[in-house]
Amino acid sequence: MADITKNEIMHIAKLAMLNLTDTEIEGYTKDMQEILAYAEMINNLDTSDIDETIGATKQKNKFRKDEVIEFQTRDNLLQNAPSQAEGMFRIPKVINT
Amino acid sequence: MSKQDYEIVIGLEVHCELSTKTKIFCSCSAEFGGEPNTHCCPICMAMPGTLPVLNEKVVEYAVKAGLATNCKIAQNSKNDRKNYFYPDLPKSYQISQFDIPLCYDGYINIETEEGEKKIRLERIHIEEDAGKLNHDDYGRGSFVDLNRAGVPLIECVSKPDLRSKEEVDSYLRKIKSIFEYIGISDCKMQEGSLRADVNVSVRKKGATEFGTRTEMKNMNSFRNISRLIEYETNRQIEVLEEGGEIIQETRRWDDISGKTFSMRDKEDAEDYRYFPDPDLVAIQLSDEYIEKIRNALPELPESRKKRYLEEYQLIPKAANFVTSSKYYSDMFEEAIKICQNPKTASNLMMSEIARILNEREEEPEQIPFTGRELGELVQLIDKGTISSSISKKVLEELFENPKSAPSKIIEEKGWVQISDEGAIQEVVNKILQANPQSIADYRAGKDRALGFLVGQAMKETKGKANPQLLNKLFIEELKK
Ligand SMILES: [Zn+2]
Repeated sequence: MADITKNEIMHIAKLAMLNLTDTEIEGYTKDMQEILAYAEMINNLDTSDIDETIGATKQKNKFRKDEVIEFQTRDNLLQNAPSQAEGMFRIPKVINT
Repeated sequence: MSKQDYEIVIGLEVHCELSTKTKIFCSCSAEFGGEPNTHCCPICMAMPGTLPVLNEKVVEYAVKAGLATNCKIAQNSKNDRKNYFYPDLPKSYQISQFDIPLCYDGYINIETEEGEKKIRLERIHIEEDAGKLNHDDYGRGSFVDLNRAGVPLIECVSKPDLRSKEEVDSYLRKIKSIFEYIGISDCKMQEGSLRADVNVSVRKKGATEFGTRTEMKNMNSFRNISRLIEYETNRQIEVLEEGGEIIQETRRWDDISGKTFSMRDKEDAEDYRYFPDPDLVAIQLSDEYIEKIRNALPELPESRKKRYLEEYQLIPKAANFVTSSKYYSDMFEEAIKICQNPKTASNLMMSEIARILNEREEEPEQIPFTGRELGELVQLIDKGTISSSISKKVLEELFENPKSAPSKIIEEKGWVQISDEGAIQEVVNKILQANPQSIADYRAGKDRALGFLVGQAMKETKGKANPQLLNKLFIEELKK
């Protein structure tokens, strides 16, 4: 059984800005342990004849030329914003950056 | 124990915005400025379903930076996500590089009081910049402008090899000048295109272990970095001397009070849960690609310096100074093409231009005129049209009115040097008449009296008298 503690779940929840109840923490701890145990299986595979890979796929070097394409228009970009002003997204005041 | 018993240990993370035309993962303009959110598209605004594609120029520029700083280049590399929440970061993760940076294990040499010193670089990696938050004073909220979001950056991380604020200054200037020389960034600190995170710790002299460090982020002026190091090292030494402990933390620098403050709210935010970005594919660079970039590197400051020492016989101090910034160096080269006088051109830059910049709290890239004006100015000195003391005034004027030519300035201001022998003779006579004691002193063997008389004559002519002629005529009179 993969080892993940209640404290780690609480830490991850905090980083993800989730407020979990005690019951939820219990539940997620158990779920996570099961998920990790399942993923553990990969460690048991024999990979001795497989080269180390660096990406998720075999593709490499998908590049773009450095040429400007202007997006039309700002209104389209902002249209779904819950609040906007002066061409910007308006959000609750952020202090002390 | 006192301050002298401690050693300062500093490492820098320098962030430098690359001067590509477009952003790192989309085709939006990366140009500075613009109306809010007009250099944006669904990709850099993190709209659902969009996918990033890496700008090939970003890789090229980063490899250039690596090669110019003696780094090794990773032939297989990738992008990773750095996760954190902040309103200026639309995806809630920054695409960066974690365990395999494009460049690693480099070094640069800096000038110190004790001579040249090697500062090791741990890595240079590519990443994207965040947007900008604007605030107003009316409590209506904060306003997000994403023009800068997705602008390409390189982050250049030094080893903790720096031991004083002077070394930090020298290191930063060197990095800045190298990046300017290879043309990957305009390095304008005032626009935030070059900024540094400063890691500071102290330890007792002779200690082998490093002390606990604190970090101050996003510093964008040489002056404030110096002030910060001064303050923070003193603070740490005080804490230790009182038996306290340094807490490893990010501290906020406050410009106005000149102090750093703990940011307790960000205590455990630094758990970025890096993982490979599945939307991007691996970067694989061939030897051929790397060598092609290496061969196309322009002349670097080290080599320009060597050339200035050998070809133009500049003194080391002048050669170091002129090559300390590409703007200085380019200005110098343009000037000497016109005036053919490297010595005077470099002297004017080192003494007068540097002084004026310092007074204005500006950097070389903010000099409003070009090497052409400087070259013309030196020519005017060499031809005897103006004295060197007037040249200082012309430079000050050029900072105010960069569009006017030096010859025009001196004409308009009536600063042309008096080289008419008759006119100078009159001044000489007048000064001698008024200072019989100096004549006696000079004849009694006090050579200093001549200097005094020349000084008086210069004052009389508001610095416009030809000094050689003045000297000659005074000596002739005194020897009579
Ligand atoms: Zn975009």
